[in-house]
Amino acid sequence: MSITEYFNMLFTDYTLGTITLGTAVLGAICGMLGSFAVLRKQSLLGDAISHAALPGIAVAFLITGAKDSNILLLGALVSGLIGTFWIHGMTKKTHLKSDTALGLVLSLFFGFGMLLLTFIQKQPNANQAGLDKYLFGQAATLVQSDVILMIVVTALALIVMLLFWKEFKILLFDADYTKTLGFNTKFIDITITFFIVLAIVLGLQTVGVVLMSAMLLAPAAAARQWTNRLSVMVFLAAIFGAFSGVFGTAISASQNNLSTGPVIVLVASVFVLFSFVFSPSRGILFRQLRFRRNRRDLKLKKTLQFMFGIAETHENISHPHAIKILNNFQGFAKTSLRALEEKEWITLDKQSWALTKKGFEEAQTMFDKKDDNE
Amino acid sequence: MSNPQIEIQLIAVVVAVACAIPGVFLVLRKMSLISDAISHSILPGLVLGFFITQDLNSPLLIILAAFTGIITVVLVEWIQKTGLVKEDTAIGLVFPALFSVGVILIAKNANDVHLDVDAVLLGELAFAPFDRLMVSGMDVGPKSLWMMGLILVITVTLLLLFFKELKISTFDVGLSSALGFSPAILHYGLMSISSVTVVGAFEAVGAILVVALMIAPAATSYLLTSNLKKMLVLSVLFGVFSAITGYWVAHWLDASIAGSISTMLGLVFLIVYLFAPSKGLIAVVYRQKQQQIEVSLLTFLLHLNNHTEENERHLNHLREHINWQKIKAKSVVDLAVRNNLIVINNQVVSLTEKGNDFTSIALDYIITNKDEKIEHLKDDFFLFRG
Repeated sequence: MSITEYFNMLFTDYTLGTITLGTAVLGAICGMLGSFAVLRKQSLLGDAISHAALPGIAVAFLITGAKDSNILLLGALVSGLIGTFWIHGMTKKTHLKSDTALGLVLSLFFGFGMLLLTFIQKQPNANQAGLDKYLFGQAATLVQSDVILMIVVTALALIVMLLFWKEFKILLFDADYTKTLGFNTKFIDITITFFIVLAIVLGLQTVGVVLMSAMLLAPAAAARQWTNRLSVMVFLAAIFGAFSGVFGTAISASQNNLSTGPVIVLVASVFVLFSFVFSPSRGILFRQLRFRRNRRDLKLKKTLQFMFGIAETHENISHPHAIKILNNFQGFAKTSLRALEEKEWITLDKQSWALTKKGFEEAQTMFDKKDDNE
Repeated sequence: MSNPQIEIQLIAVVVAVACAIPGVFLVLRKMSLISDAISHSILPGLVLGFFITQDLNSPLLIILAAFTGIITVVLVEWIQKTGLVKEDTAIGLVFPALFSVGVILIAKNANDVHLDVDAVLLGELAFAPFDRLMVSGMDVGPKSLWMMGLILVITVTLLLLFFKELKISTFDVGLSSALGFSPAILHYGLMSISSVTVVGAFEAVGAILVVALMIAPAATSYLLTSNLKKMLVLSVLFGVFSAITGYWVAHWLDASIAGSISTMLGLVFLIVYLFAPSKGLIAVVYRQKQQQIEVSLLTFLLHLNNHTEENERHLNHLREHINWQKIKAKSVVDLAVRNNLIVINNQVVSLTEKGNDFTSIALDYIITNKDEKIEHLKDDFFLFRG
């Protein structure tokens, strides 16, 4: 399928349009709220909550017997919240660490959910087919009402976030200070957590329990590499998330047998990888380049220092010396001599070098000044 | 009890024990979530292994899958080392990506692979006895029992051989490397064992319930003891108990065995979490209340010590001054009276001799801030607690 064909389908094919819009909105809200989760060092909370939502879905089905996705999501929301607060309580009141608490809630709730799901499947009257779509997610089952719900929740989250922006921000970076300023930290904390849980629950139907955590994490982790400002990060994360959704849906639509959830996650992972490598200030590539440049610079300065040591003993600082006497000095190389000449610190003459006045002063004051590189 | 029933329980017990042992060390090393990561990311290893061997039960498959698990650990550590993201984010980035690769590989080759994502995630213990191991035509038992048994034997042997090394590197990495035990070797050794155990176990109980079997018994016993040996024994006991009761609950409800085992683990944990003697929720909340009242008592006595005038020591004034609610004030005053620290005459409170001594020692403590001074304080004065 070519790109133009895809765009044609996007606007003519109702299902594809709905799914694309749905995954884009989902990606955006996950990226937005995921930024907070990542910065609060709660990255894996998403993983735990998405698993913990499963028994809620099963219980909601058992109680109502209906397959209305809104009711099931409500059940998921409740059990996700219970899981979150239990994790919080466990780390606060006992000596169990947060990793253990997360792992416990994740696996125990999920196990209980599986027990209920298999129990439901054996019920005689069960029209339960489709409950297990929450395990792996089926973007194909998204209908317009689901997408509208997503948009409403996203808008709500956006409004709340803008309203409480400074509270969220200050709590994120200095919780103690927030408390001393008289903000109700508990309330702010619960609000953020509530929206994170809400976003996760919304995503369950699309990408499923297992991959939900990546939806939350990956766009935020990618956005983090490009900026040190919270507002920019949240914005970038939303964009990355939305694009992961759109690209993921497009790729999976273009092939047979390619489920949307995993593809979206892989696209998001590619964003992360790209950001890790190519981000200008934090990326591995530029960091390595900077590292190399510093090392070369250090080498040059070492050579200059050594020359300075020799030149110092002479009346005339520009007295020429043979290049040979540098042979015993490590760090000396033809290229470094040429680089020194380029900086007009030395003059080269076939077999000899001489320090210039500029080079002499540079070496003399080298340790007095701060790094002029930055 | 029929023969397959006994076999299923036997497999469940062996899996539980094999998971509980590395689980203890994972919990103590604050790496519980690595088990979650490994259990998901071995999926591509399994699929690739299947492409190579075309046999779901080949040992090569297990080795390849376990190897993917170790790659996961290495990848996570590598991302952590770049310092671009926090540790937990690194875990959360790696395993969903690998898992996605696995799911896509399965989906693209759905016709060739008799591997079902459901089965991988959830496992089905009930079918385990049908896959028999035949040795020269003789039926010697279910395959997974032999496999898990072998893994268990290896785990126990390694545990016995390297117990002290593991112990010391778990609690004090610095000391262990100073003594010449390489923390890296122990770390990767533990990771390999966990990885192999996860792969072996997950055929039976599924990827996510492996996590339950690893973490829950260890976390439960961690709430009950701080002795490593006792913790290991307790974890094994909890694992075995949940495996057997879980089986019967599943039998009764006609539901997933793995699901009900982890539900049992959850129940056991919940009970211990609430009622554990000194580290359980109720004990902790009770203790915190007590400490709160003790601190209040101290504040109250110091206040009395500071004021000799009668009107400052009048009961009503105190309530205003220290700004306590009525009930709290009453409980603190009652406690002080019961301990003979104060006497009340005509609504005016004064310190007794014992109260005076107590306050001066407490003041001493507050000034020097040495912990050992307060240690004996409560015993010396036979304080009744709040």
